[in-house]
Amino acid sequence: MERRIRILMAKAGLDGHDRGAKVIARIFRDAGMEVIYTGLHQTPEQIVRSAVEEDVDVVALSILSGAHIGICRKIIQGLREAGAEEKVFIVGGTILEEEIPLLKEMGVTEVFPPGSPIDAGVTFLQGLFAERKAGESGHSEE
Amino acid sequence: MNSSERMEEEVRRWELQHRVKDLPEAQNELGRPVKVLYTPADTVHIDYLDKIGFPGEYPFTRGVYPGMYRVRPWAMRLYAGFGTAEDTNRRWKFLLKEGNHGVACAFDLPTQLGLDSDHPQAEDEVGRVGLALDTLRDMEILYEGLPLDQITTSFNINAPAAVILAMYVALGEKQGVPPEKLSGTLSNDILCEYVSRGMWVFAPEPALRLTTDIVEFCTRRMPRFYPFNIRGVLMREAGASMVQEAGFTFANAIAYIERALERGLHVDDFGRRISFFMATGTQIFEEAARYRAARRLWARIMKERFGARDPASMLFRFTGTVGGSVYRAQEPENNLIRGAYGLLANVLGGVQGMLHPALDEPFAIPTEETARLALRTQQICAYETGVTKTVDPLGGSYYVESLTDQLEEEIERVVSVIDEMGGAVKAIQRGYMQQCIADEAYRAALEEREGKRVIVGVNRFQGPSSAPRKMSFHRFDSMTWERQLRRLKDVRRERDQRAVQRALSRLEEEAKGSQNLIPCLIETVKTYASIGEIMDTLKGVFGLYQEPLVI
Repeated sequence: MERRIRILMAKAGLDGHDRGAKVIARIFRDAGMEVIYTGLHQTPEQIVRSAVEEDVDVVALSILSGAHIGICRKIIQGLREAGAEEKVFIVGGTILEEEIPLLKEMGVTEVFPPGSPIDAGVTFLQGLFAERKAGESGHSEE
Repeated sequence: MNSSERMEEEVRRWELQHRVKDLPEAQNELGRPVKVLYTPADTVHIDYLDKIGFPGEYPFTRGVYPGMYRVRPWAMRLYAGFGTAEDTNRRWKFLLKEGNHGVACAFDLPTQLGLDSDHPQAEDEVGRVGLALDTLRDMEILYEGLPLDQITTSFNINAPAAVILAMYVALGEKQGVPPEKLSGTLSNDILCEYVSRGMWVFAPEPALRLTTDIVEFCTRRMPRFYPFNIRGVLMREAGASMVQEAGFTFANAIAYIERALERGLHVDDFGRRISFFMATGTQIFEEAARYRAARRLWARIMKERFGARDPASMLFRFTGTVGGSVYRAQEPENNLIRGAYGLLANVLGGVQGMLHPALDEPFAIPTEETARLALRTQQICAYETGVTKTVDPLGGSYYVESLTDQLEEEIERVVSVIDEMGGAVKAIQRGYMQQCIADEAYRAALEEREGKRVIVGVNRFQGPSSAPRKMSFHRFDSMTWERQLRRLKDVRRERDQRAVQRALSRLEEEAKGSQNLIPCLIETVKTYASIGEIMDTLKGVFGLYQEPLVI
């Protein structure tokens, strides 16, 4: 059976606004993905550890506190140190358009700023994983 | 045929003759059908003197005060705080000069969780969503040039509320203002944090001890201070429906009152100091009716359940704010219009004070420009539209009166469900309120996606102009953390270390006992012990909370 996309839905730092995280977690599940929710107040180290232990394909961070630049940097660094930099890392929340290039340069795969449709994450991940699969099967034919 | 039968007959005739049944259907926010037309036939069963009455008199449906806005408009505040105490002091002075009546203090997340600015988890958060406050020194700077006997502050803080109150009292003492003369409001509503915003530290039981210490201390020593401001707003913003918001808020309030009564206070000792803070959407009539219903129901709860005799204890006094979740990132100027309609709903609902979100709320904390526009929206409503001329202008509307009845019934049902579970604390420990809210948030998100709930410029009438546009936002000063760390380090170097240690040890001892901790906290903050040191001491005694995970 085809492996389902596994996602760690993470709330980092001190931010307690979890409406978005919970709604998006359900939207991912509706799309047939597996979602593990970290709960609130996770440190970047805890998130990296959960991502590795749970063997997820995707880390999805929801953050509304304005602390996203520092926290994303720490998570990416942690993933690299854990040898898990291949994991997809997506971020949604109160992120300004002008901050998106910096986040992507740091290694964030995709950013969902305010106003993103609730399905945007699903569409993005389905596209990305379909592309990867096509890539893999392309290689095996060679 | 009597006159009411004749009325019903006439309504039936009109409906048939004009084929009213063929018109499109409509539902109200409660999911109940809305008629095309409301007539005296819909309100004939309502006993005016019993259920509606007069403003300032039981059951307060029409308003908590007789003259309402004829005396003065609602209090206009802006929720403000960022960076360090200096930054916030400057913003507050600007807002007061522009005509705000008082300030509502926003704290950063480390402060709300009782962490010092040099805590490892605080690094990226210091001064972001509110001001950073570590010690009494920050409080002193915050109120420089703002004497405590001339300004009222509403503090939005719950888990470490007792520490903030202690600092406020200590600062008053330094300024020569005794506790008896301090006015202001402390939100001090920890239960809503477990339900929605996550700013909890301790488990509910020890947290409620601190809540009740505050109520007891204020009741005995601070007659002008509001020791709690019970909040629906955070639950609504997390997704609660308007009915759940009101019902859960009342259930939480009931839990606080029960604890205070267990301390030997009488409900009339502190009932007049209870206030509420609610979020309002753009459904003008439902919202206005909800506040009318809330007044009637709360008065009944206070009178019948708790035996209040003083009418002042029975008042549902509330601050209203248009929920930031009503606002959208697309075409942000539209938020001004949404805000203005929500604000009108508040006024028609008989609000006592308003915080009004600025149009850039979906993105960042407001700039001076957008903060000014938010205040102007309130001022234009108060001084240009004439809504302040008479009390409860919707009273007697066939539609609004029947909506008011429906809302009272639905809110009361929510309160009963929580009662049956054994009260708010039990319901929260089971994750019940959290689950209701998550379900409702999910439902609303799907409705918006499917276009069942129209949001102009988002899922209807969107065009090229709906694309994000260049706006200038509040800039976070990247030096904030360093500035605050320097201050904290200086305070730690200059204070009497032994006095701090003595105070913290005494606090630890008292926390293990059962006496009221506020006097001890006041002495502790005077030594410039930090909020983190104080909360760590209490954590050592009370332990930490594990949240039930609900999606």
